[in-house]
Amino acid sequence: MKAESERYEEKFLVLTEVSKSFGGVEALSHLSFSVAQNEILGIIGLNGSGKSTAVNVITGFAAPDSGEVWFKGEEITGFAPHRIAGLGIARSFQTVRPFHNLPAYKNLIVPLYSSRIRKFTESGRWGDRDAVAMDLLEEVGFERDSQVPYKPARALPHGYLRRLELARCLALRPDLVITDELFSGLSSSEVGSMVPLIEKLQARGMTLVMVEHRLRELFRLANRVVVLDRGRKVTEGTPAEIVENSTVRETYLGAEL
Amino acid sequence: MARRLERIDRPIKVLTEDIYALSSLKTMLYVAAPRLLPALLVLLIPVLAPGDYFQRVATLAAIYGLLALSWDFIALSTGLVSLGQALFFGVGAYLAGLLNLHLGLHPSLTLLLATIIGATICTALLAPCLPLRGIYFAMTTLVYPLLMARTIEATAIVGGTDGLVGVASFPGVWSERYLILIFLLAATFSLRRLMTTDFGLVLRSISDNDQAVRASGINLTYYKLIAVWIGAALGTFAGAYFTHLYMFVGLSAFSLDLSILPIACAVVGGLGTLAGPVLGAFILVPLAEMLRDLGTLRIVAYSLLLVALVLFKPEGILSYLKRKYEQVQRWVEV
Repeated sequence: MKAESERYEEKFLVLTEVSKSFGGVEALSHLSFSVAQNEILGIIGLNGSGKSTAVNVITGFAAPDSGEVWFKGEEITGFAPHRIAGLGIARSFQTVRPFHNLPAYKNLIVPLYSSRIRKFTESGRWGDRDAVAMDLLEEVGFERDSQVPYKPARALPHGYLRRLELARCLALRPDLVITDELFSGLSSSEVGSMVPLIEKLQARGMTLVMVEHRLRELFRLANRVVVLDRGRKVTEGTPAEIVENSTVRETYLGAEL
Repeated sequence: MARRLERIDRPIKVLTEDIYALSSLKTMLYVAAPRLLPALLVLLIPVLAPGDYFQRVATLAAIYGLLALSWDFIALSTGLVSLGQALFFGVGAYLAGLLNLHLGLHPSLTLLLATIIGATICTALLAPCLPLRGIYFAMTTLVYPLLMARTIEATAIVGGTDGLVGVASFPGVWSERYLILIFLLAATFSLRRLMTTDFGLVLRSISDNDQAVRASGINLTYYKLIAVWIGAALGTFAGAYFTHLYMFVGLSAFSLDLSILPIACAVVGGLGTLAGPVLGAFILVPLAEMLRDLGTLRIVAYSLLLVALVLFKPEGILSYLKRKYEQVQRWVEV
């Protein structure tokens, strides 16, 4: 048992034998996978295959019925979401629901006010957080000198909201970002402009787990891909291996590959 | 020819927005007037109001104003809809009475202690309900005042159905009149100020999307507890003040009226504006008094007016006035 836990400590993020069911429906069944530091791991699967549940289990929004989650050598199974975020795991949500009534840049005040970030920037009671928020927005592609960062979030187009959601994750200065269908609802050109952004994050040393339906872009970005089906892991491998895999081809019959 | 209502900000509003180096007396007055004038009016009530009856109505309005402010603050910051403002009021009222009768404390001390201890008790009572949302939270808060009243009635503790009699009154008529008004103004302005700070921003974002707040590393329960404590403190102060005003506290301190009327004030005044609910109280409470001549039909007239206000001015009176103050509107052909 000890040898096993030592092995988890070498890995960045590990899920072992995680199961979760909702009222008899098994959303995850003995799911195990691991993520290495500075890797981009893609998670794909049809609707209802347990992708979002996996994200929720890692980030503390759902407690697993059994199994363990380890992050940087520490077991984090069943921690509250804010505690997991405080450890450096940021997540985006499948449906974008920003803080509608706040201007776009003020949306980032919330993560910047968390205890994790206040540790970094103890100074600056009024202005500094706003300045950091503007920098973050520029980083994800908001034009700094335009009106856009000052518009209330409810008035922003969908593409900007996705970027805002990513900026909210980055505001936590995370070590691991988990995105839940970050590209959904975006046009090809919008996705095209997000891809280099993700690459830049990886180049800066960030680790990412991406749950995606947009396979073309995901396969370009991911180092490894895990395929889920009805809560179980079907297979995992490099994008090239996944494309060749006959089971995956069957599951995704007709889908773009 | 189709027409469309167009609303444009007044030039002076645009001029004063986000510019802190105000250049002329006119712009400074434009910014200050909507804050200073109502505050001044409220402070002049004890001097100008003719007779004790008017004083009492104004005091009642201020008490309901505090409860409405408390309700609006909790709803605005955490998105929790409370149907139990009477809990705060009753706990504050009984605590003040008990502290005065049994420990012989001066009203100034009982007010302070009842506010702080009462708010802590109410927060502790509501703490298990905080993960609940919407109607579920509302239901549990509705039950608490009933539970308190029936417990007191059944066990005959703290005076039972007779209540607590002989509580000390305020030392003077001016302290009695001004205390509640000053507290109300201070609470309204400081809460409005609080909501513009980063801390207030975090509170406000909870009602928008609590999941994203949790994912942003914010301890949701902690922030909800703080918001409920602040809201409860406003209510317990109102209750404690009421006890000393009437030198008596009874089961009516937990009555349903105290839970419902603040919500009506908030709706009439303008939800989420903090100052609106206070304005609503200063409209609805005197209105209820004016209709007293109608006898039984009073409630009918009152209800109809309330329905009409909600139907025709759903944004609330304060939001309406603010819009008129800041914008001009005109019909344009499209």
